[in-house]
Amino acid sequence: MKLEFEMDTYKSEIKPTWCPGCGDFAVLRALQTAIHALQLEPWNVVIVSGIGCSSNLPHFLSTYGFHAIHGRALPVAEGVKLANPELQVIVTGGDGDGYGIGVGHFIHAMRRNIDITYLVMNNQIYGLTTGQASPTSEKGMKTKSTPIAGVIENPVDPISLALASGATYVARGFSGDVKGMSELVKNGITHHGFSLIDCMSPCVTYNKVNTYDFFRERVYDLAKEGHDPSDMKAAFAKAIEWPFVQRDRIPLGLFYRTEDVPTYEDLEPALKKGPPVHQPLGVTDADALLDEFL
Amino acid sequence: MSRRDIVARIGGAAGDGVSSTAESLAKIFARSGLNTWTYSSYQSVIRGGHVWTQVRGGLDPVLSQGVDPDIVMCLNQQTMDVHQGDVVEGGAIVYDLDGTKPDPKKLRKNVRLIGIPLRKKAQTLSANALMRNTVALGAVVRLFDLDFRHVESAFRDIWGDKKPEIVEQNIQAAKLGAAGVDEAGGSLKYGLAYTNQAKYLMTGNEALCLGALAAGVKFLAQYPMTPASSILHWMAVHGPAHGVVVKQVEDELAAMNMTVGAGFAGVRAMTATSGGGFSLMVEAIGQAGMTETPLVAVLVQRSGPSTGLPTKTEQGDLNLALGAGQGDWPRAILAPRNPEECFSLTAQAFNLAEIYQTPIIVISDLYLGEGYRTVDKLDFNVPIVRGMMAADGGISKEFRRYLITESGVSPRAIPGTKGFQHVAATDEHMESSELISDVLAGLPEHVEERRKMHEKRMRKLVGLRKDTPRPELWGPRNADLTLILWGSTWGPAHEAILHVDESDGVKVNSLEFPTVLATSPGSSLA
Ligand SMILES: Cc1ncc(C[n+]2csc(CCOP(=O)(O)OP(=O)(O)O)c2C)c(N)n1
Ligand code: SF4
Repeated sequence: MKLEFEMDTYKSEIKPTWCPGCGDFAVLRALQTAIHALQLEPWNVVIVSGIGCSSNLPHFLSTYGFHAIHGRALPVAEGVKLANPELQVIVTGGDGDGYGIGVGHFIHAMRRNIDITYLVMNNQIYGLTTGQASPTSEKGMKTKSTPIAGVIENPVDPISLALASGATYVARGFSGDVKGMSELVKNGITHHGFSLIDCMSPCVTYNKVNTYDFFRERVYDLAKEGHDPSDMKAAFAKAIEWPFVQRDRIPLGLFYRTEDVPTYEDLEPALKKGPPVHQPLGVTDADALLDEFL
Repeated sequence: MSRRDIVARIGGAAGDGVSSTAESLAKIFARSGLNTWTYSSYQSVIRGGHVWTQVRGGLDPVLSQGVDPDIVMCLNQQTMDVHQGDVVEGGAIVYDLDGTKPDPKKLRKNVRLIGIPLRKKAQTLSANALMRNTVALGAVVRLFDLDFRHVESAFRDIWGDKKPEIVEQNIQAAKLGAAGVDEAGGSLKYGLAYTNQAKYLMTGNEALCLGALAAGVKFLAQYPMTPASSILHWMAVHGPAHGVVVKQVEDELAAMNMTVGAGFAGVRAMTATSGGGFSLMVEAIGQAGMTETPLVAVLVQRSGPSTGLPTKTEQGDLNLALGAGQGDWPRAILAPRNPEECFSLTAQAFNLAEIYQTPIIVISDLYLGEGYRTVDKLDFNVPIVRGMMAADGGISKEFRRYLITESGVSPRAIPGTKGFQHVAATDEHMESSELISDVLAGLPEHVEERRKMHEKRMRKLVGLRKDTPRPELWGPRNADLTLILWGSTWGPAHEAILHVDESDGVKVNSLEFPTVLATSPGSSLA
């Protein structure tokens, strides 16, 4: 069967500007593969990002995009989705963007279970600002901003945070496995509710600890070890394995998924009329409105 | 000579029901055909403290809450202590005979003391002590010779058909208050000829919501903050029936960023806050300026700095609105003076935002936003102009979202429109929206490109200046003194101008700015 959209249809004319070898290339490819597999119409897809190396991603695809300010991609995306729930809204960004400056929005977007897919290119460092510590940097890691004692804070664990905040699809991918990641992204997009795909995406320039090899030596596939993604308790147990319990084995794949929770859009009264963007403007019953003030 | 206007002041502790009693009185005034104006002095506690509201009604247009009251209604001793000396000659004080004491030495001449056992009377009807306010309200209505019909209809509005027995009890309570006045010598006999033709009564915030609905707002995201919260409250009740998504969100950063997203997606979107919240929105409103995303931001000022005095009015945030955001981007700031303009300028703000694809700020304040005023019937037939859409031209080949044009406005396309895909970018960008900041910034031709792009955006000011209300001169042309003003000070200023002309023969006029624009170098006001 001939597909309507070729893989290349989704590519823009702008070439990615990342350092050669950057993990973000794999995330871009995984996303492009997923939307191609789903044959999404490029004009009905909006990719929203914040600021960071990773947040440049929307420019490299031929969909609509909004390259927002640092840390605010999620609320911009939520505004887009609520204005027109027919759009496929995808958010991309870095760990600093989403788990640092934007962590408040991250939690609230998840507790809304709004139907958005969030891809975080988690490189455990600030790339664009040339190598400071990030909220996911491992304890002890020396960076430009932690040159003496290394990082002395505990890392944020996005997987546990997502489970605790009400996300209904929680997964971890790795840039060393584009195929696996694109499966996770594809299922995240078709998932009815908020989906987080935390993508371990090595920064080859500023993170010399959490490299491709670091991950290759440690990752394993949750599905192959019989993890049941409908079991939230089991998901929590898997989530805290790394970075909290040990750092020898890092689970990849789907931690948790449920379709039983209504989305934000399902519950929002104003959307019963259909997408706000298609609604007529103005008021037809002005007198009824004014009577309240008489 | 019979009187042309009346003023009542109601005071008590927070939790005494001062504001609901005052709202009922304002409604009664408006339904009697009076031009009505209220002012509330309250504070940030839910119980205790001293709160009072002044309600003024006039046969002629009123322009402020007035100065000294004809009647003070004291719901506690503190109200008596603070306000008894303000009552005008020949006025009256209504108070609870049990537990409240006037000090005759502090009163002006011929002030009548209407002591009624308010609580005891109320308790003959129900255990609910709040009805003592109703007894006192009945006394005020009688003192002013207002028609009791309006008392009944006001109560029916509050409790509705669901609780007819409560409506009935309150009517009886009010009658007990009126009887108390009759026993104490009857009404003030001011002799106002009430038309009893009801007038519309609303706050500036409510009028602003109506203007937004008339213009087709479809999205409101807000975080509660006095005195902007009543916008959220009103819209939460009425918005969804008109297809408006109304959201209380996690903070003002989210509120502004969601509004940006909704504006980008093609709906008319709005957020509202006070100075503290607006401060948090600053980076994100600049984002709308840079990405050329339409939205309306409402700034209802209260007194600052910082948390300031949350329940007092101030016009201290003009600089904040004018200077919001790093760098420079085109904006218009509309400053309504009264509820009618809260309605019309908000409706206009949505047109300007879409025509010029930039944030438009509506700046108001507590005095205007929360005060009740009577207004003429609002005309919902407002023009709706959505600005230049790329799809109207039909050509999507090599669509350039940030096309450099003479007007500074580039054709806009909303997501979902086939063939016009683009990325809205907060980094400086080229016509195609490719970033200049990224790999191109080192090349001299792209530095030139940045200059052109900035100038393109700022050229929108030329059109904005043309399309926004001009400054107005009010009063005599050759005045001894000119007051320069914007926003809610309009009413009291006009009243003062009329007053000094009449009493001192001093000629004063006012130069008023319904629009405050960020001007670019070389521009002038004229
Ligand atoms: C409000 C604000 N603060 C700081 C910055 C500077 N800044 C740009 S990107 C960034 C962090 C980038 O790290 P991350 O989000 O992890 O993305 P990466 O570059 O690693 O992909 C910072 C701090 C900014 N643009 N805006
Ligand atoms: S600095 Fe790091 S994150 Fe940024 S592009 Fe280079 S490798 Fe990627």
